[in-house]
Amino acid sequence: MELIYGFLEMLPFEMFQYDFMKNAFLASVLIAPLFALLGTMAVNNKMAFFSDALGHSAFTGIGLGVLLGLDDPLLAMLAFGIFLGLVITKVKAANLVSSDTVISVFSSAAMALGIVILSARGGFAKYSAYLIGDILTVGQGDLLVILVVLLLAYVMWAVFYNQLLLLCVNRSLAASRGVRVMLTENLFVVMVAVAVMVSIRWVGILMINSLLILPAAAARNITANARGYHWTAAVFGLFSSLTGLGLSYSLGVSAGAMMVLTAAVLFFVTYLIGKRRK
Amino acid sequence: MRTDIHSNCALRSIEMKGICVTSGEDVLLENVNLTFHCGQLTALIGKNGAGKTTLIKALLGERQYKGKISFTDSHGAAIAKPKIGYVPQYLDFDKSMPVSVEDFMAAAGNGCAVWFGKNRKTRQSIRETLEKMECGYLAGRRLGALSGGELQRVLLAMAVEPVPDLLVLDEPVSGMDIAGLDLFYRQVTELRDTCHMAILLVSHDLGLVRKYADKVVLLDKTVAAEGSAAEVFSGEAFREAFGFEEEAEWN
Repeated sequence: MELIYGFLEMLPFEMFQYDFMKNAFLASVLIAPLFALLGTMAVNNKMAFFSDALGHSAFTGIGLGVLLGLDDPLLAMLAFGIFLGLVITKVKAANLVSSDTVISVFSSAAMALGIVILSARGGFAKYSAYLIGDILTVGQGDLLVILVVLLLAYVMWAVFYNQLLLLCVNRSLAASRGVRVMLTENLFVVMVAVAVMVSIRWVGILMINSLLILPAAAARNITANARGYHWTAAVFGLFSSLTGLGLSYSLGVSAGAMMVLTAAVLFFVTYLIGKRRK
Repeated sequence: MRTDIHSNCALRSIEMKGICVTSGEDVLLENVNLTFHCGQLTALIGKNGAGKTTLIKALLGERQYKGKISFTDSHGAAIAKPKIGYVPQYLDFDKSMPVSVEDFMAAAGNGCAVWFGKNRKTRQSIRETLEKMECGYLAGRRLGALSGGELQRVLLAMAVEPVPDLLVLDEPVSGMDIAGLDLFYRQVTELRDTCHMAILLVSHDLGLVRKYADKVVLLDKTVAAEGSAAEVFSGEAFREAFGFEEEAEWN
């Protein structure tokens, strides 16, 4: 750790004289590419709304954590996020209600339930920090948690990517190639839920979905194959997070929001480039 | 007539025995008994809602069913992990998805994750697979940018690599022009004759069924009629299902 800190201090950036900026920088380096990668598949599967719902459900997770008397609500958030993701997938598969309706119902219910629980003691203001998050509060222990989650996610990504790709083209076709459709789909949902819940404290409920969707959406504008899409999204994710962090430091504004704005600019630029090419 | 020519390895077969599928209160399939032989093209016809898609989903293991589906090899032994080649009816995937034909083919193989890149051997074998269906030139194209006919040929190429125990074609030619249609069926019959594949074709186009099928199965929740095209088309069950004498349409 000292080694990394030392290296960052050598860089000609004023912001690295503060430990919290170093931590924020490292957290961004770890989180941004992972979100971008998961995002490539979420966009392919038209799941933008779904991941948004997951983010909103964090409130209920926090609420459950408070009710259970946990010091750190992360476990409750993880459990509830995974639970909600799987339930939505299950109800969607039954095909009785259109999927955006299903997601909307669960999303608003989960958010409302969370707010009810958290406001019960008149102290909702305490939790409003979760809305926009604060990446400057990342500690060294948090970095370790992120690193472990990240490594796990990358392994899963390497193993299941092809199956997920087949799945987003056609379910029956994937089944005929030996893909266990439900299992694979659920695994992806769990991965997104874990990534979202682990990082929501720093990125914020309102911003988290943008981090997932925008880099992938921007990469789509200018790529034509899976490899290009994948790496471009990862680079865009990294670039927008770090640029956003740097800008937030010099302008003194929210880091999460600045990251999202940078990614949005990337999207519009690539959109224009892509349009000209076609 | 045609049956006699191809059924020279009729020992390898796929048998569906007493297949029932229900969805809540609704019975989708009831006591379906069918056998598909290798080297034979079986056409599955029936009205909308007759259970054709459900039958395919049961075959693919995507839908739970009661009854037994068994794959038997030419020595009479059961095939533990049967390979099913499947050409879906249409793909309602996101057409703007940045996935090339090559990515798609590689994802169906057992190689490493596509985003990692593909080695020369994989690319070579993908090109050869595509070349068999005369579509090698499509390898670098984006999947969403293919025409209906091109996409079907890519899907067919993928479905028969590796050679499956059963090839399932689900309305494979919807949205294809006449030339593409002819090419497609020429390739399918060639596969039947050279690889002695068992083929199951779902089709609404009774003209095509008459022209290419060795055996026709009329489905209406259960097997309503079964036999050669001429036999099935002139039967009572056929008249009931389609409400007109196909013979008259035809001649």
